Order: sequence, then C-alpha cells, then structure tokens
Amino acid sequence: MRHTISVLVKNEPGILSCVCDLFSTRGYNIESLSVAATIDPSFSRITIVTVGDEFVIEQICKQLNRLINTIKVVELPKSAEKCIEKELIFCKVTAKDNARNEILRIAEIFDAKIIDVSTETYTLEFCGDSRQVATILALLKPLGVKELVRSGVVAITRENQFINLNK
Amino acid sequence: MTAEQINKTEKMTGARIFLECLRKEGVDKIFGYPGGSILHIYDELYKCDFIKHYLVRHEQAAVHAAEGYARITGKPGVVLVTSGPGACNAITGIANAYYDSYPLVVFTGQVDSRLIGNDAFQESDIVGITRTCCKHNYLVKNVSDLPRVIKESFHIARTGKPGPVVVSLPKDVLTSVREFKYPDKIDLPGYNPTYEGHPIQCRRALKALCDAKRPVIISGGGVIHSDAWQEIRELARKLNIPVATTLMGIGTFPQGEDLSLGMLGMHGTYWANHAVSNCDVLFAVGTRFNDRITGCLKRFCKDAKVIHVDIDPCSISKNVPVDTPIVGDAKKVLNLMLNEYNTGKYSYDMDERRAWISQVNEWKHNKAMKAVKDGIMSPQDVIEAIYNKTKDKDAIIATEVGQHQMWTAQLYKFSKPRQLVTSGGLGTMGFGFPAAIGAQIAAPDKLVFNIAGDGSIQMNIQELMTCVDYKIPVKIAVINNGYLGMVRQWQEKMFNKHYSQTPITSPDYVKLAEAYGILGIRVTKEEEINSALDKAIAYNGPVIIDFVVEPFEMVYPWVLAGKPLDEVLLSNETGLGE
Repeated sequence: MRHTISVLVKNEPGILSCVCDLFSTRGYNIESLSVAATIDPSFSRITIVTVGDEFVIEQICKQLNRLINTIKVVELPKSAEKCIEKELIFCKVTAKDNARNEILRIAEIFDAKIIDVSTETYTLEFCGDSRQVATILALLKPLGVKELVRSGVVAITRENQFINLNK
Repeated sequence: MTAEQINKTEKMTGARIFLECLRKEGVDKIFGYPGGSILHIYDELYKCDFIKHYLVRHEQAAVHAAEGYARITGKPGVVLVTSGPGACNAITGIANAYYDSYPLVVFTGQVDSRLIGNDAFQESDIVGITRTCCKHNYLVKNVSDLPRVIKESFHIARTGKPGPVVVSLPKDVLTSVREFKYPDKIDLPGYNPTYEGHPIQCRRALKALCDAKRPVIISGGGVIHSDAWQEIRELARKLNIPVATTLMGIGTFPQGEDLSLGMLGMHGTYWANHAVSNCDVLFAVGTRFNDRITGCLKRFCKDAKVIHVDIDPCSISKNVPVDTPIVGDAKKVLNLMLNEYNTGKYSYDMDERRAWISQVNEWKHNKAMKAVKDGIMSPQDVIEAIYNKTKDKDAIIATEVGQHQMWTAQLYKFSKPRQLVTSGGLGTMGFGFPAAIGAQIAAPDKLVFNIAGDGSIQMNIQELMTCVDYKIPVKIAVINNGYLGMVRQWQEKMFNKHYSQTPITSPDYVKLAEAYGILGIRVTKEEEINSALDKAIAYNGPVIIDFVVEPFEMVYPWVLAGKPLDEVLLSNETGLGE
C-alpha cells in the first residue's frame, strides 16, 4: 500500500542523510522524496512516498519521530477530500512529423505546457496527481520519451489542518 | 582557575571552553587516548585540576570503560579520542552502548574544518559512520556552537531512552577564541520523550493483571535505566505474579525468591520459558523483545494478552503485537499502577494465583544438566564458586560474551540491579574487561570480577597495563576451555561437529600476569578453585586466574535459534562433543 508521509525537520546539514539512512538500515522503500525549506528557513519540509502495510508505516513514522531533529511526522490521509497531492514532471519527447501534432494534442488535453522546442523534440511540463502523471506518461511513452524528470510528490492537507511548528 | 573565577565575558579557546562545559556538566572522569587533531584539548587537560583522565591502550576500551562507568553510576560516561583511526576504533563501543541503551558522550577530534572532505591525514566522516549506531551526533562547525552542542549532548544521552551521543570537534574549533557562556536552557523542539504513562492505559493494564489467571512479568533493562526495580518488585509481590528477567534486566528481581523465574530466552530457565509460553497476560516492562528472548515470534505468547511498557514508542509492536501499549517511564507507570492498586478497588483470585504458581513450581524441577562427571572441573563449578565467595561482598560482576556469560547469568544469583555488567544487544566480545575497569573506577571500594572466556579476554587484554597504571584491582577469571565455546557449541549441534576456526590458543596467563607485574594464578583441579579465589580476593591489585576447565561442556537450557520458547533442551543427549 502506498503512503505519503510529511516530515517537518530542522534545516540542518545531515538531516536528509539521517532520514535516508533510517529507510535503508531498516529496509524500508522510498518511492519518492522531495525536500525544501519552509517559510521559516530554519526548518525544512520533507514529503516521502513509501510502500508498506500498516505495521511498516507505523514503524516508519515512529522511527522518524525518534530522530532528534524531526519536529513532526504525519501520515497524510489518502482521501483527496482531505489532502492534495501533486507532482511536477518535465518530459522530453521525440517530436517528428505527425508526432508533433499528437504531442500538442496530448498537451492540450492534460493542460500541459510545452516549455522547450527543437526540431527533434518537445519538452512538456505537467503537474498533476499520481494517476494523471501515470496516464500522460503512458500516452507519451509510445512516442519516444528521451528524458523524464520528476519532482517527487508534494502534498498538503486541505482547509483548516496544518502541519507546522505550532503543536 | 575555579568556576567562580571565570568572568562570564572572558575569552578562551575552544579547547578551554570544552573543559569548562564538562565542568558545568559535573564531569570529573574521562576515558581517552590522545592524537593529532585533539591535542589542544590534551594541552588544556595538562593544566586542568578538576578532570581525571584515564589513558587506555585502545580507543574501543575507552568507550567500554566509559560504559562500565555509566552502568554503575547511571551518569553518562565521557570519552575523548582523536580523529580518523581514534574515532573509528571507538565505533564498536558506541554501538554497544546504543544497543544496551547506556548514556555516553563521545568526543572525537576532527581535522581542520577547512580540510573536511579533502581526505586529509587522519580524516574520517565519523558523523556519517556513526549515524546508525548512536542516539544522535554533531559536527561542531563554529566555536560559538560548542557550549550548546555539549549541553544538548549530555541532555540527549541521559534522558528518554538513554544512549551514546557523538560530537566531532574540528581542530580549528578548538583553537578559535570566544567568550564562554554556558546556555541555561535547551531548545530541542523535536525531542520530547514521553515520561508519563497514559492513566487509562495504566488502569487497563492493572485490571488485566488482576483478572489474569496465568500472568507473567518480564522485567527488562529499562527497569534499571528508570530505577524502577523496587516498584516492579512491589507490584509482583502485591499481585503475586512470577517475574522473568531479560539478560539486561538481571538484578531487577532477586533470583532465588519464590516468584523469581530467572532469565528467559535462548539460554533462559525451563520454567521462565514455559511460564511465558503458557501465560494469559504478559506484562513486559522496558524490553524490546529481542529475538534472543522471544524465540520463534509466531509462537511467542500466542494466546496471551500483551501489555508493553516502554519509553521508546518504536519498541512497541515492533516485534510482538501489543494489546495494551503504555509509552512512558517504567518508574512513573509502575507507581501509577501501584497507587491505583492501593485504592483497594482492585482484587484478584488468590486460589487461581496459587494454582498458577504451583504449576510454575512444578516446572522448576526441570533443571539443566551438566555433561561432565563430578570431580572434573567444569566451567559451572568455577562460576558457582565465584558466586559463593562473593555473594556477601556486594560485588560487581562483568562478563565478556559467550558461554561463560550465559553461565554467569544462570548461576550467579544476582539480587541487585547494576550488579551485572554485560553486553546484551550487540554481544561484544572484549567488552567485559574494559567495562570492569570503568565499573571499578565508578565504585573504587567494591570487589569487581570480570568473568571471561579465553577467546574474549584476548580481544582487549592490552588493558592490563591500564589496570596497573591506575591501580585498578579488577579480578579476571578466565574460563579457559581452549575454544570459542559458544560458536563451538553451535557447530557441535548444527554444523556436524565441524569445529571450524573455533579451537583457540592462549598465552601462559600466569607468565603474562608476571610480565605486567600483577598476580597470576592457574587452577586445573576442582579442589583448587576456592583457595585461588580467596587469594585473588585478598590480593590488593589486579589478578588473572586461569581456570583450565573441561572443554566440551555446553550451555543448557538451550532453545535453538528460531524455535519456540517452550522447546527447551536441558542436556546434550549425545554426551560430550568428542
């Protein structure tokens, strides 16, 4: 089962290593990871997508909490009504002859932007949830994906729920 | 210079600030070994009158000695070593303290911060290397951070689930000059250990224990850390519940008392393992359910309701699914339960409890059997004799790791916590002797024995000179069977008696003792054991006694790895190994 975990940490050197070491020493998987400073630059927010049963996820959250420099660990709700999850992708696709029109059509359907063009390629920028990302990639793949860069999932809870310093 | 004489605004070097911080933490003894990048601190130590430094012969021993000191005093042990090889040599000691949750603060030198990452001479990324074997670590990049880092290190080491903290000190931080001010407060928003157990959970646990027909308590090392041994004894006696201890929990309940089951697990007693396997409510305090105590996890307590008290939420439901989790400090949780019980609102069925205890007593007839005939000196004879000679002397017993360790755990009737000093989680051979040195430094007036195997003692035997230098009168009893006995035991049972690399030779320990200028005694006959022990105890200084014992004796009871706890072997049905 796929889970998204949000971790608020002190923005200090080595903290990302601590988090990654924890996953590797205990044999957990990281499917995606994104990290950057919060509005207060002395703290960072890490979003981790991982796979495991309830038991494993509980252990992961407890172990993350145990690190001295983690302030808060929250397993985000899976329901889209409670939480928004998105990922940014850049995808460089072979674009020759008829494919050039096909790519533009796909971009239009998904509301993706063409951010770079050449005689041989189009580079698409797309932002969406994991299902949308999987769909657009499935459509682009047969056309020849030359390069793909994904930001990893970022996620935020809806409405009046916060994950910040205030307890 | 006294603390009062230091003007708050006085400028000093990082090295001096380091010592002033230790003074603020009340540190008066450190264990260490000098080297290039830590020289500035050693230069300050040369002028320092409030810290005694113990020079060991290997950095690993410095860390074990500091842990031995921490085990006796309950205070963090402090270590000072240099960068690169010094720091790397310390790692086994750090990992050992981490697995057994004893507080240490380990300071390691580091190359100049401008050289870090350049593969400089004696550089190692000790922060990276120790990340998964310490509670927390720091690389100090600026001298202005030094007092805060030291204060936080001691706080983290001794609070919550105790453990080692590593601080890496680059050379330029030690030479930089700054005003010294020790912080009053600690600001660690991500570190708030839970001490108070949830009252509803505590009441639920108490109710379950009262309603139980066949309850058992497991008392682990956490009971020692939280100093909760009196509470666990009181609870067990009030509710008439038998108590098994883990290896780390030995001493929390007096062995020999009616409710005592002794140690459980792989080499635990038949009755402890059967009681735990057949209980209907298990009350486990301060243990992380290591595989050495659970045996086959699927069959462990499969019909029992499990109540688990631990200060570390990670330990709960990690290995054994828990019905009633209580995160908190053992002493506080047990006190809450005792207060609740004393209200008189709870009662239990005394007849049922009597029936359960008599069942347990029935199991107590199933004792492990020795393989050798009377008259031949067995390792067990030696350890029993050590017990008989030291039981009235409030002695501290350190062990190494292996057969002798298990026999000590089984046969020495420990009655107090902090009496047995042994490496549990990591199982570090070579731990016992330096740990015994640290224990003796912590308790100079006590009799300290190190019960060792002939394999283990050779792992840190260089520390004999440390004993001589500081007149540390540790008595070493080498149970010399010419084998790495525990490994040989596994080879005998599971590897077709292929004794691959387990026969091990020893130097002449009596001559070795002579070379170090200490007392050496060799014992080859059973009837010589007592007089040798008398001589060793009476001798004012370190002693090595070489007990040349029957080589093929095996540790029983024995639950083979991966087997359920109630499949206890009591003797070697096939006789001696050869």
